[in-house]
Amino acid sequence: MIHVIAFYLFAFVTLASAVLVIMARNPVHSVLWLILAFFNAAGLMVLLGAEFIAMLLVIVYVGAVAVLFLFVVMMLDIDFAELRAGFVRNAPLGLLIAVILAIELFVGVVANSAGKASLGTADGSGASPAGASNIEAIGALLYSRYLFLFEAAGIILLVAMIGAIVLTHRQRSGVRPQNIADQIARRPGEATINTRPDVGQGVQL
Amino acid sequence: MTAFFQSLGMNHDWAWGVATIAGILLIALPVMLAVAMAIYFDRKIWAAMALRRGPNVVGPFGLLQSFADGLKVFLQETIIPSASNKGLFLIAPIITFTVALMAWAVIPFNSGAVLADINVGLLYILAISSLGVYGVVIAGWSSNSKYPFFSAMRASAQMISYEVSIGFILICVVLWAGTFNLNDIVLAQKGHGLGFLNGFAFNLLLFPMWVMFLISSMAETARAPFDLTEAESELVAGYQTEYSSMSFALYWLGEYANVLLMCALNATLFFGGWLPPVDWAPLYWIPGWIWLFAKIAFFFFVFSWVKATVPRYRYDQLMRLGWKVFLPVSLGFVVLVSGYLMLTRYSA
Repeated sequence: MIHVIAFYLFAFVTLASAVLVIMARNPVHSVLWLILAFFNAAGLMVLLGAEFIAMLLVIVYVGAVAVLFLFVVMMLDIDFAELRAGFVRNAPLGLLIAVILAIELFVGVVANSAGKASLGTADGSGASPAGASNIEAIGALLYSRYLFLFEAAGIILLVAMIGAIVLTHRQRSGVRPQNIADQIARRPGEATINTRPDVGQGVQL
Repeated sequence: MTAFFQSLGMNHDWAWGVATIAGILLIALPVMLAVAMAIYFDRKIWAAMALRRGPNVVGPFGLLQSFADGLKVFLQETIIPSASNKGLFLIAPIITFTVALMAWAVIPFNSGAVLADINVGLLYILAISSLGVYGVVIAGWSSNSKYPFFSAMRASAQMISYEVSIGFILICVVLWAGTFNLNDIVLAQKGHGLGFLNGFAFNLLLFPMWVMFLISSMAETARAPFDLTEAESELVAGYQTEYSSMSFALYWLGEYANVLLMCALNATLFFGGWLPPVDWAPLYWIPGWIWLFAKIAFFFFVFSWVKATVPRYRYDQLMRLGWKVFLPVSLGFVVLVSGYLMLTRYSA
């Protein structure tokens, strides 16, 4: 009973906040609604018994991705009139993407009702044993059956990361960055001298 | 506790519900009390280090100072700036405070004495602590004021930076313990150091991780020397500038609840949590929560000590420390720890 109530609560809030993401006038509000949607999706994952995925959803999307979204959106100088003017121009593209996503969902549901895809375990012995935690089951699968796909994903992410660094890195001349090692290696003898100058003679540096 | 309520004649569902609510109250109320006392001790410790007396007027030794302050802010007027985003302005402190209390659900106070004994406990802590930044960011944005906004920018960049290295440090601990469940992590530390010391910190490979975790936890809770989000010389009071009365007090309490949580994590992950420091039978007669509280108090003293003595970092130094020192070192230690475990424990 409580499962059903919880499911409809999470599902309703997810859908409602997802709608509000695109309906909100203010982009910052949109991002905040998006965070609420992520959070409730994580709740749905917990209901499915996929607590590991739920936690990852919160850590990665709510904790990192959405913070960066918010970071960027907060700094925007928002012109509401211009935003609304772009709506008609972008509507066909948006509709196209929405239709493609809807078709994908439909295909997924049809394929699932035709027969469940068997994820199985490393040696092909069917589903992971009951009692093994989520994390162990996912780890066993990722590092055996899907090892090469997993490594490939890692390499793609690495390339993307290096690409982002290369694209945004710039060498500026005329700046004098702090060299911590030099500062720490410096000794009093290199920076100061003790002199006893005669009166009226001054110090030659 | 569910069994106890079942013995009173409830069915399982009701007993579970009542037991959970009782558990929440059993954790949240002592945490609130501990926060009030922590603020008092914090002020006393700074005072002692600055050769002052600190709060000594309200109650014996000034013990009731925090409650007097709480009553004062409670009776003040809540001022909402007219240009602020009112809804978000009021939600932000609630988020900070709620999130600060939520993470306590998975901290084990004794063998099995934990509200939510879930097998992703440490990930839950990471998830909750990553939510903490929203209270600050939303406050900074909704105040519609320059200094809070700068503070929010700083806070979001700072917390994201240090969460990365904290994640790697936690992975080292998880690799060694072989579980994400905090209670099992505590149990894995039994007799870990030289066969009789309880705690991962006595392990040569994990000791540097503890040092980095302690520093990162100061940065994550925006405590001195990393309190750039409320650097009074630059940003007035940071994200709290526009807040008054109870909404300000919620930030105040939330900050200290977070600090206590980080102290509890230091104790739980590296110093054996509710286990006594030495694996010696008579010490187990003392209840586990007393050991945990003692360790939390010790780490809280370290936090205040650092706040009283270390000058504030510059912002670029903070970022350098996070990205150029902690991230590569902790990443290296993940490789080192997993390599060591592969060669010893898992080389079947």
